[in-house]
Amino acid sequence: MASYKMHLLVCGGTGCKSSDSMLIVDKLNEELKSHNLVDEAKVVMTGCFGFCEQGPIIKVIPDNTFYTKVKPEDAKEIIEEHVIKGRSVKRLLYVDPKEHARVSDSKHMGFYKKQIRIALRNCGFLDPENIEESIAREAYGALGKVLSEYTPQQTIDKIKKSGLRGRGGGGFPTGLKWELAAKSVAEQKYVICNADEGDPGAFMDRSVLEGDPHSVLEAMAICGYSIGASKGLIYIRAEYPLAIKRLKIAIAQAMEYGLLGKDIMGTGFDFEIELRYGAGAFVCGEETALIHSMEGERGEPTFKPPFPAVSGYLKKPSNVNNVETFACVPVIILKGEEWFSSIGTEKSKGTKVFALAGKINNVGLIEVPMGITLREIIYEIGGGIKNGKKFKAVQTGGPSGGCLTEKHLETPIDYDNLIAAGSMMGSGGMIVMDEDDCMVQIAKFFLEFTVEESCGKCSPCRIGNKRLHEILTKITEGKGTMEDLELLKSLSNVIKDTALCGLGQTSPNPVLSTLNNFWDEYLEHVVEGKCRAGQCTALKKYIIDPEKCIGCTACARACPVNAIEGDKKMPHEIKQELCIKCGSCYEKCKFNAISIK
Amino acid sequence: MEKIKNLADLRKMKDNLQNKIDLREKSDSPEAIVQIKVGMATSGIASGAKEVMNYMIEELDKRNIKGLVLQVGDMGYCYAEPTIEVTRPGESPVVFGYVDIAKANEIIEKYIKNGELLDGILPANYESIK
Amino acid sequence: MKNVSLTQFQLNKMALIDIKINGKEVKAEAGSTILEAAHTVGIEIPTLCYMNLHDVGIKNNPGGCRVCVVEVVGRKNLAPACVTEIMPGMEIKTNTIKVINARKTVLELILSDHPFDCLICAKNGKCQLQKLAQDCGVREIHFPGEQSTYKPDFSPSIIRNMDKCIMCRRCETMCNKVQTCGVLSGINRGFTAVVAPAFEQDLVDSPCTFCGQCLAVCPVGALTEVDNTPKVIRALADPTKTVIVQTAPAVRVALGEEFGLPAGTRVTGKMVAALRSIGFDKVYDTDFAADLTIMEEGTELLDRLTKFLNGDKNVKLPLLTSCCPGWVNFFEHQFPDMRDIPSSAKSPQQMFGAIAKTYMADKLGVKREDLVVVSVMPCVAKKFESQREEFKVNGNPDVDYSISTRELALLIKQTIGDIKDLQDEDFDRLMGESTGAAVIFGNTGGVIEAACRTAYEIFTGKTLEKVEFEQLRGFEGVRAGKIDFNGLEINIGIAHGLGNARKLLEDIREGKSHFHAIEVMACPGGCIGGGGQPLHHGDSSILKARAAAIYEEDESKTIRKSHENKEVQQLYAEFLGKPMSEKAHHLLHTEYFDRKKKTIE
Repeated sequence: MASYKMHLLVCGGTGCKSSDSMLIVDKLNEELKSHNLVDEAKVVMTGCFGFCEQGPIIKVIPDNTFYTKVKPEDAKEIIEEHVIKGRSVKRLLYVDPKEHARVSDSKHMGFYKKQIRIALRNCGFLDPENIEESIAREAYGALGKVLSEYTPQQTIDKIKKSGLRGRGGGGFPTGLKWELAAKSVAEQKYVICNADEGDPGAFMDRSVLEGDPHSVLEAMAICGYSIGASKGLIYIRAEYPLAIKRLKIAIAQAMEYGLLGKDIMGTGFDFEIELRYGAGAFVCGEETALIHSMEGERGEPTFKPPFPAVSGYLKKPSNVNNVETFACVPVIILKGEEWFSSIGTEKSKGTKVFALAGKINNVGLIEVPMGITLREIIYEIGGGIKNGKKFKAVQTGGPSGGCLTEKHLETPIDYDNLIAAGSMMGSGGMIVMDEDDCMVQIAKFFLEFTVEESCGKCSPCRIGNKRLHEILTKITEGKGTMEDLELLKSLSNVIKDTALCGLGQTSPNPVLSTLNNFWDEYLEHVVEGKCRAGQCTALKKYIIDPEKCIGCTACARACPVNAIEGDKKMPHEIKQELCIKCGSCYEKCKFNAISIK
Repeated sequence: MEKIKNLADLRKMKDNLQNKIDLREKSDSPEAIVQIKVGMATSGIASGAKEVMNYMIEELDKRNIKGLVLQVGDMGYCYAEPTIEVTRPGESPVVFGYVDIAKANEIIEKYIKNGELLDGILPANYESIK
Repeated sequence: MKNVSLTQFQLNKMALIDIKINGKEVKAEAGSTILEAAHTVGIEIPTLCYMNLHDVGIKNNPGGCRVCVVEVVGRKNLAPACVTEIMPGMEIKTNTIKVINARKTVLELILSDHPFDCLICAKNGKCQLQKLAQDCGVREIHFPGEQSTYKPDFSPSIIRNMDKCIMCRRCETMCNKVQTCGVLSGINRGFTAVVAPAFEQDLVDSPCTFCGQCLAVCPVGALTEVDNTPKVIRALADPTKTVIVQTAPAVRVALGEEFGLPAGTRVTGKMVAALRSIGFDKVYDTDFAADLTIMEEGTELLDRLTKFLNGDKNVKLPLLTSCCPGWVNFFEHQFPDMRDIPSSAKSPQQMFGAIAKTYMADKLGVKREDLVVVSVMPCVAKKFESQREEFKVNGNPDVDYSISTRELALLIKQTIGDIKDLQDEDFDRLMGESTGAAVIFGNTGGVIEAACRTAYEIFTGKTLEKVEFEQLRGFEGVRAGKIDFNGLEINIGIAHGLGNARKLLEDIREGKSHFHAIEVMACPGGCIGGGGQPLHHGDSSILKARAAAIYEEDESKTIRKSHENKEVQQLYAEFLGKPMSEKAHHLLHTEYFDRKKKTIE
């Protein structure tokens, strides 16, 4: 076997793949071949590096040079300059948004410095379609250890002691969940992996499955051993074709190596994994709805208890965990529960993956230790607010979460602190907003999603959220009243109190948290008819300053509804009742005479 | 494909497959192992840096030393090419000039293995390479 | 149910545990819900989607409407009382401002997405949503907004106006779990979620059997029957028409409920008086045709049985009854390959129509096209049945209009107001006489019991001393009985509810059935629980009371065996010859069609 001096890791995640990263792989290989370097350097397609905004990404090993926004035509230069001459291709290096300097080594990038990668440890490191690379990285080592050295209860105890909590949103202690399923007596039990990632903008589960499928498969088998299940099911949305493909490859390879299937590693333990496809309904992330969907029923939640641990898939005891939760399990077994619980805060151990998005410089997938502050995430990892604007709020927990403000920036992030602050961990969405965002519009935006994704089973969620959305629309249209603000609050609280499942119970969170944290902004909309961010078109007012207007008539000619009057060479005026706020006049005026109020 | 029959089998297979990703694992935490940077600018290549680099990679492997050999551009010591910089874990980097195969062997045996200094160290008048 | 693990609470079921409701110490059965526990101490928690017909084993508790929410101390949100099981030490509050406010808000929300045409709604006064809004003191809707609208769906039997649907899912439970027809289920998401056939098809394009169990449980006006009373009124007003009416057995034990009489009150005489008073030229009894059915179906059974005993390999057994039009639709849709197994006898409604428009038309001296036959049925599938092409002669149906018990009440209210103070009257003759055997057609097991009364005597040549076959009675979904025909053991099967029928049919298909004859009724309880009956609003004791009244009516009859019906005997003597004669075959028997939905486009 050739002893390579260099590995060129090319991201094969969905994001980079769609920007031709596979073509880059081909080009790099061609170049290596034409320079007779195939024995010196090898190109490896890996999972996601997380820094998707800068993709396609190539990382050169051993020097950790991190190339961003690489195009297939850059392959030649990378080979000739970097591989042959040892000089990095400067123009492809990441530019630090604050220092404006190019950074070569990924270890020195702000985006990666504060990250601790546990769930994502193999993403951007291994070829996910090659089980040998995974085995070299100790895949199935934890399973082997558990099967030959621990009893199921000992395994559960380790997970309990590690303090691992569900990463899908609820934060339920994973070990306890396993224990409940283990205690249920039945001939058949199921391990279910929830890969129905539904939060808008969240893609950590997809990244794990695409970048490191074996960790999840291994963890499911460990769970199966612990609870006494011989069958695992992965409920994955059909919109994740690449993750599905890689899972299928991974399952086939693991079966071939005897790491899944009958009599795993000669221990007598059988475990098989099948895929089940979802059609992409947010509510199917709720475990009872997910189970109904797998059973061929309408994807609707049912009241708990009974919990799936007692009566789940096909009424058999089932343990449902999310992808990221599973991805943490093998490491806990290998490195020890003490190691895991040494990371994080008192009640939230380990790390959490966030999908960092919005008005922030470094958009991408990050994994950070619990207890990190929002400030560290936003200003250090995220590189601060885009275009030097002022930070306004950050939404965590996806559409079910809340908006946090400046005053929460120093709060150490963990399950409990986020809830105390009026938001939640959720599955790890994190959307940053700046001064240009209208918080009423933001609340409306998130509600729109829950209105769309509600299953419609319970009245508060089906109708209540629609009504909340209507009231918010009214406010953004400048028709809101003080009574509407009261209604928003009282209706939100009733929905929280009465909705059937987690989706409905949390859906008013964006409304309540913006009401709490941005009350003055709501008031402005209602009382002053003003939107400070200028996002509510109906509240915009275009005004011509008669001092500055020279009467050139350019604005009047541009106005599509003839709302501007005035004689030539005399100051013009906008008839507000006719104005449709299209902004054409504003664009046309050469004398800065038109302002937006 | 022979199925993996037990945990020992798996561990053996892991060890055998280690070289597939060894380079990546080492570069993931280079501070824990010896790092050797080889100046590979045009002047370096012309004076035999490539041979030195290959020798280093092969020999470290043969002698079972965990080390990471990096290729870098111009080191700024054109007069002393080929030059290599060696960083032992937790120590300051040391730069050697006029390194040939024999010298490389000596560096491995004396400095890398035991931390013994030897001739040919260039003045450390820079902060480390790039 | 093996494999289902038992929780501690299930194991401890039947044990009493201590809880507190509104400050009161209560001992309640472990495993019961808050709703049930509160009920035992007289505290009623309002519900809307919840429905529990425990006498027939049907339950709908999706926990979806959220009207029944209560406070449970220590719980962060409110708990739905209908699905939350009590736990030892649980402290429940049903009377706090938080609960009252939440309940009212939820109701307001439901009302905000509900048309405000209460005054002209078919369910006006019988609507559970309306009652709840009244009881909970909703006087204002704070959240006016968009209302969800859907395409209305008209079928010969059922009207779907889903603008009024509140997603209680009762109809879905009936259609899927009880009847296993799978026509109605939740579709769409969020605000546009609604219960409908797949792809929002119309019912006529779906495998709907028109059993009407969906509308029998609909708490609002989303599902209602097609109202044929205007057509009946028009016919009555037409001087060129002779309008006659037939009334099914189950109508007489339920009609009184619509006029405030207790469930199970028999109003046969008052009903006849009312019909005459409304202006029907003749008031006849479907029971007459039920006796006729026994003659035909009983003869068919004996015929098949004899052939079977003689070793005829081609004979189809068991014989399945064919009185119930919902059931007929069901097997035409779901088991068309087995459509040669049911009896070919028409239903009593259609036998009546066929005889009325031939034999009776002659007797009355009226031309077929001038004779209008109205049927009063506990059923909405009868509307569909009466419109079947095979039951028409030159486009003229044997039964012109079928109206339900509810529509009859409506007709009475529109014309003469009430029935309570009317003097009892008797049916008109020659198609008015009936036996006790005919009356029990209204209950599950009744048809087969009536058939046994006749078949026994004909087969054995002996007199049946005790006419009640207790073993065929009851509310069990599937029942089996063995009748001794003079040493020959006849195995009888009974199913009510189409899901139960499906089980028996699947057994037959797999060759596992040991029955000689099976009675199937589509509706739980039989016709007394029909889709056209006064609404039970989830109170299954009403069904029990009606069933008891049916047996009382039977006992009150002097003649209790169909073959002893004098008018039936006269009909055979004067007109038909004998059962299964060619003429009888032509008029009283039918054939079945393959209605299986091939593809869904």
